[in-house]
Amino acid sequence: MNARDAILARVRTALRDVPRDETPADVEVPRPPAPVLPDRVELFAERVADYKATVVRCTPAELPERLAEALHGVARLLVPTDLPAELHPAGPELVEDTPLPVTALDAVDGVLTTARLGIAETGTIVLDHGPGQGRRAATLVPDLHVCVVRTDQVVTGVPDAVAALDPHRPQTWISGPSATSDIELDRVEGVHGPRTLRVLLVG
Amino acid sequence: MSELASESSTRRSARSAEVAPRAAAGGATFLGTPAFPIAAKAALADAQLRRNLAHATGTIRGKRAAVVAEVANWEELRLAGAALKDRTLRHLDTYLTQLETALTKAGATVHWARDAAEANRIVVDIARGHGTDEVVKVKSMATVEIGLNEALADAGITAWETDLAELIVQLGHDLPSHILVPAIHRNRSEVREIFLREMGRAGRPAPPDLTDNPADLAAAAREHLREKFLRAKVAVSGANFAVAETGTLAVVESEGNGRMCLTLPEVLISVVGIEKLVPTWADLDVFLQLLPRSSTGERMNPYTSMWSGVTPGDGPQEVHVVLLDNGRTDVLADEVGRQALRCIRCSACLNVCPVYERTGGHSYGSVYPGPIGAILTPMLRGVGHDEQVDSLPYASSLCGACFEVCPVRIDIPEVLVHLRSQVVDAHRGRPSLQGAAMKAASWMFGTSARTAAAEKLSGLGSRVLDRTVRRRAPGGRRALGSLPWPVSAWSDARDTPVPPPESFRAWWSRTDGGRR
Repeated sequence: MNARDAILARVRTALRDVPRDETPADVEVPRPPAPVLPDRVELFAERVADYKATVVRCTPAELPERLAEALHGVARLLVPTDLPAELHPAGPELVEDTPLPVTALDAVDGVLTTARLGIAETGTIVLDHGPGQGRRAATLVPDLHVCVVRTDQVVTGVPDAVAALDPHRPQTWISGPSATSDIELDRVEGVHGPRTLRVLLVG
Repeated sequence: MSELASESSTRRSARSAEVAPRAAAGGATFLGTPAFPIAAKAALADAQLRRNLAHATGTIRGKRAAVVAEVANWEELRLAGAALKDRTLRHLDTYLTQLETALTKAGATVHWARDAAEANRIVVDIARGHGTDEVVKVKSMATVEIGLNEALADAGITAWETDLAELIVQLGHDLPSHILVPAIHRNRSEVREIFLREMGRAGRPAPPDLTDNPADLAAAAREHLREKFLRAKVAVSGANFAVAETGTLAVVESEGNGRMCLTLPEVLISVVGIEKLVPTWADLDVFLQLLPRSSTGERMNPYTSMWSGVTPGDGPQEVHVVLLDNGRTDVLADEVGRQALRCIRCSACLNVCPVYERTGGHSYGSVYPGPIGAILTPMLRGVGHDEQVDSLPYASSLCGACFEVCPVRIDIPEVLVHLRSQVVDAHRGRPSLQGAAMKAASWMFGTSARTAAAEKLSGLGSRVLDRTVRRRAPGGRRALGSLPWPVSAWSDARDTPVPPPESFRAWWSRTDGGRR
């Protein structure tokens, strides 16, 4: 018997106490109600900042100026090829991820992307690597990630996010910059991912 | 030899110092580890270890309590998590075949492994097929359980651990001692010594002026590992969750080392225990709320990666998933113990356990230490043929804190008691000291005359001991330390109270019930 059939046979033998006519739906699962929060955009800003990320709220008109501030000191900026033109900042040299070899990603000063959505309750930004968000490596290798999130993209809690996302797309959920608590459980920001995360909350 | 090295060799005396750390054949335990009471005694004598552990577990208990208190419906979430896992386990064959179909459709290759040897062979063959002599690894309990690093080494392939704590363990030639933070037994100065001594032998050396500041230590790990991430062709991961409906795998982490391994190499191999399944994509919301708060005490961990098979133009273009049994179907067959397969490896039970806090993870001699390890390991390995495994269900005070804190409501004390009876049954028929003592006690308590005589004798002994014993048990009562063989089997791990000078029955008849 091959390994697959052997394991499935073992599973069935192990479950001989489960009635033959039981279906998965017969095992009842109570679903807790989703949380209701008063001001999700305010909470999102607060909780992202709580993770040692910078959060700046602005109107669409203020965005170019806020972007320039967030990118201060960046000479070479990585951008996804499909980043909306209105987000192209003045100042840094824009390096399009065409895609570039990994070593080239390591040689830029930062990366600018949009996001798929934000989760208020946990201060999380979710990328599903659709338009403007770049491939997964693009927001990982550079040391600075500047992310533009629209206020209408912010959902309340994790259940709202899961319901809105497409499970067939790759996803990266980001809550603050890279961090570790492995040494004496002291939280240290910045290990392998970007050590600085700046969020521009527009709307 | 540095101060650190001598200290860590004392620590390793809990197991045999000559035996290189290695998973035992079949997995789940470490070779050369003595039974829990012996290992625990050595660990209890290590003041530095107890200090490191008390600080770490105390810190994380506080963080967890604060973020759990923020969630109004926490108890309902726990009930949902437990019920979802039960639904999965009771119909595991259905969900496994569903996952296989979804993964294959998404471009992944699915492999099945009955045991550790089979899983290791699959991973080694894939790595060899790509002509590589190294792989980068995301922290994964399943791969520690099967001894994958050792199997790769035997095949001439070096496995680089990239999680900071796993790196500390690997460079320190040490064993992991905690599910979430495997180097919890090390403090910052020990980590600095390990980095200075060992990093240069494995690649980019640590800067010579390295301090013991955690931020500097993390920066050294960043530099050391980055060259490995950028050149790696093959990566190995586990998975926190596998969604049967969509073939989505999830890895939950903090540092970004997981994202590096999951997206930069050309080939990705994920070793996934068959208990990691959840039925649908929507079900993930429950677990993504339960896991981070229970585990690191955060509202959400910094990075969660999710993928389903191959994404053209993004990440590894060759994706393998190894579905691992290795004893899990034996756990599934145990109707009381089955609930242990709900475990999402958050490690909350370790951090609240008074036994773990004082003895540390190495004492368990098990890949899965602490309360969950005390039930999972004996079920994965089977009881009745290894003294060390059989000692694990007794490595508990049955206080119940582990059940209170478990996000999927595993009744660990219930399973511990159930396994104790299995261990006793497995040893039935062999003459035991305990059996002889119980027979003697039964004879003694058989008639009131014998009982009265025994009490008199005990009172006499007590008056003698009262003059000589100085040890006090908590509460102030006089207690005996270690006693000679054969009672040492009892007294080595426990204080024996000095019997009272007079029995209640003797006091009653002497004072006429307190009237005289």
